Amino acid sequence: MKSLLAALAMTTALTLPGLAMARPVTLTTTLNSYGGDGAYLVLFVTDATGAYAGSLWMAGGKSKYYEHLTDWHRVTNGDTAQVDGITGASVGAGRTLEITLDLADALFDAGYTLHIDAAVEDMRDSPNEVAVPLTTEGAGVPVAGRRYIASFAYDM
Amino acid sequence: MIRAIHRWPGLVALALITILALSGAALSVFPAAERIGAAQPETGLTVATLAARIKLAYPGVEQIRRQPSGRITAYWFDQGAPGAAVIDPATGQGVASADPNRIERWLTNLHRSLLLGDGGRIAMAAGAAAMLVLAFSGIALVMRRVGGWRHWFTPLRGPLAGRLHVEIARIAVIGLVLSAATALWMTASTFDLLPDGAAALAFPAEVTGDTGFAPDQMPILQQTPVAELRELSFPFSGDVTDAYTLKTDGGTGYIDQGNGALLAWADLTGWERVSETIYMLHTGQGAATLGLVLGLMALGVPAMGATGVLIWLAGRRGRLRIRGNQPAGRARTIVLVGSEGGTTWGFAATLHAALTKAGHSVHVGPMSGYAPRRHGSAERIIVLAATYGDGAAPASAKGFLDQLNAADRAPDAPIAVLGFGDRSFPAYCAFAEAVSEAARAKGWDAFMPPDTVDRQSPQDFARWGRALGQAMGTDLDLVHTPVSPATQTLTLMSRRDYGSEVQARAAILRFALPRATLWQRLTGAGFAQFTAGDLIGILPDGSAVPRLYSLASARRDGFIEIVVRKHPGGLVSTRLTALMPGDTVTAFLRRNPGFYPGRGRAPLILIGAGTGIGPLAGFVRGNARRRPIHLFFGMRHADSDFFYGQDMPGWQADGRLTGLVTAVSRGGGRPHYVQDALRGDGAQVAGLIRDGARVMVCGGRDMAAGVTEALAEILAPSGLSPAVLKAEGRYVEDVY
Repeated sequence: MKSLLAALAMTTALTLPGLAMARPVTLTTTLNSYGGDGAYLVLFVTDATGAYAGSLWMAGGKSKYYEHLTDWHRVTNGDTAQVDGITGASVGAGRTLEITLDLADALFDAGYTLHIDAAVEDMRDSPNEVAVPLTTEGAGVPVAGRRYIASFAYDM
Repeated sequence: MIRAIHRWPGLVALALITILALSGAALSVFPAAERIGAAQPETGLTVATLAARIKLAYPGVEQIRRQPSGRITAYWFDQGAPGAAVIDPATGQGVASADPNRIERWLTNLHRSLLLGDGGRIAMAAGAAAMLVLAFSGIALVMRRVGGWRHWFTPLRGPLAGRLHVEIARIAVIGLVLSAATALWMTASTFDLLPDGAAALAFPAEVTGDTGFAPDQMPILQQTPVAELRELSFPFSGDVTDAYTLKTDGGTGYIDQGNGALLAWADLTGWERVSETIYMLHTGQGAATLGLVLGLMALGVPAMGATGVLIWLAGRRGRLRIRGNQPAGRARTIVLVGSEGGTTWGFAATLHAALTKAGHSVHVGPMSGYAPRRHGSAERIIVLAATYGDGAAPASAKGFLDQLNAADRAPDAPIAVLGFGDRSFPAYCAFAEAVSEAARAKGWDAFMPPDTVDRQSPQDFARWGRALGQAMGTDLDLVHTPVSPATQTLTLMSRRDYGSEVQARAAILRFALPRATLWQRLTGAGFAQFTAGDLIGILPDGSAVPRLYSLASARRDGFIEIVVRKHPGGLVSTRLTALMPGDTVTAFLRRNPGFYPGRGRAPLILIGAGTGIGPLAGFVRGNARRRPIHLFFGMRHADSDFFYGQDMPGWQADGRLTGLVTAVSRGGGRPHYVQDALRGDGAQVAGLIRDGARVMVCGGRDMAAGVTEALAEILAPSGLSPAVLKAEGRYVEDVY
């Protein structure tokens, strides 16, 4: 269990008025067997207007490759401070990334969308792999990604 | 010191470096294969046209990439399913799978990280650093050995492992330095230790918000040739705020999808350019031929590793043989060893054993450990000194001369110096001479005159041992056998007699080839492979010290031939000259690669006297390629010493022998030696040498000295000298 409330509060725009109300959310991302090296994944949130709200997790340690996470790179301008303290290893083909975060209640049912960008060395960049609205009834409903992600779900 | 710097990284990192080299060599093939396989675009093809072609074939195209090899890949979505293919730029259609090659991926990960992630990357970077240390220390060692840059490719002599090691190294070192240095740069870049990241290019704040402008109408794409393309990303379908992203060899930019205008542009930074060049040099991506060359050079690494270990083991073996070594403070006799490769330690061990057996207390140590104060009981100090390169101190003698020169007075115990060297090098025993000279200058008493041992000759060593025994009042029999050779039985086929008229019986002896085992044939061991100029060793009964004779035939001649003269009291020569057809003798083969004529077409000047004609006649007989050979042959009596005299006219007639000059030293009139004959033809000889001829001398020591003197005179006007020729490997001697 990784409690990243403090980090999120410090580094991202997820510091919302209702922050006092937060709950643990488990994000489960399972990759398909695409036959390549480990994938870089970034999980980030945009608000109802489509503006960047903050990053939740970066799977992949070398910032020089972040430009291949093109949507994230575009909205953050490649700012690595956005993922300080919430960075882990890249995820191998067929493997599952499971992270649990304390997310503000105000993020749910308020038009926020969770995005995942993916990239693999010597294979295609896959921005917008997953884009799911954060809603209470959407919790636990798996969605498939476009290229590398077999299924993604968030559970509360 | 340099040797230790070379040895330890080599031994410690051997496995790592071998994996790096082999995987790197295997990887070098892929860029070349991709380059050959990539369909190249027609000249003048622009990104605009290419994008239009691909968009027509794959309307859901998201990204087009071009590899440095020219291979173009497109990625698209078709009704929600991702697709990718290698594209033929002429049609825009997919022609092959874009899936990464599994083997190449696996090799890449093995090569850069041992399949172990960041820890493995650091280990492999350490391997590359070790490779750099090995390369630079190796360069220093080769420079010291050959005597400077100008002699970098000078031919080498010595044991096979050592020669192979250096032969491979001096070609491969440039590639290995390049590969290792670029590897370190790339690792630093991967770990973000270099400021070579892409320039931050902010996504444009405003776009028109329109969509649907055709890529083939966009001015920037119309101006960009495909050869400069790296990547073109299409805007996300339905996202009006998105834009085209274009990456070229020059930089990165965004293009509006509504009107095709360039919204923002950033050039590559200088650091990026440097890093990309280094990436290209290391991987061969975009420089396939260079990659193949580097891969080939990397293949030398396992061979150098194996030979390096052999050299190290040989050096260790040489030192380990001294048993019952007395402490330095108590021994009456101190033996100081200056050895580079370890062979001199073998001689020291023999000396130690013989002196110990005769009841002396002996300490053997390296010359670098010379410390007169520690040798309190010493009655005599014996120095066995090899020479490294052009007269430099060998590894175990570093600092000896400085120590001696800095001392205020010489030790009381007198000294004897024995030098070990190779007469075919210009600086024969130069270090031993320097030691003698320094001792003399310090007023250090010598209890024996300085002496030398040529090419590890057991005879030289035994002779010096007898003199040492006399000086010490002991009977000393130094029997040194460097390696116990595997002998074979040879049967005499025929003999041709000479010299009976002059009471100096001599003969050309021809032995049958012994049957070679399959193993010998495979490995070229024993008499399974030999050539004229090699040596055969024959052990006299009851002695472990062999006599060596130069071979006058090669394996393909189908027989083993030597020329022998009977020496008064010579055990082996007496026995050999008494052999009758059918008699047998036990012998072994010793290679003598320092005395091969080589493969070139340059003329040969062969100079020999007496039985020294043997290998020279062998070269002439084997000269099937009709290389120009000029033979100068000195003999005592024309009617009794003219070895191969009957063969010479035939050899001259069929072009194997270009010129023959004989000199007869006895039998009426003024003595005429072979060096006189050389002087007589001085102009021709000088001309041949100026044109690149190679000189090979075989015979007695005095004759060789006379020849060197004569050549020095002949060559003086042209600014050449025998020493220069020796340094270039164009003047070799086989002297006894």
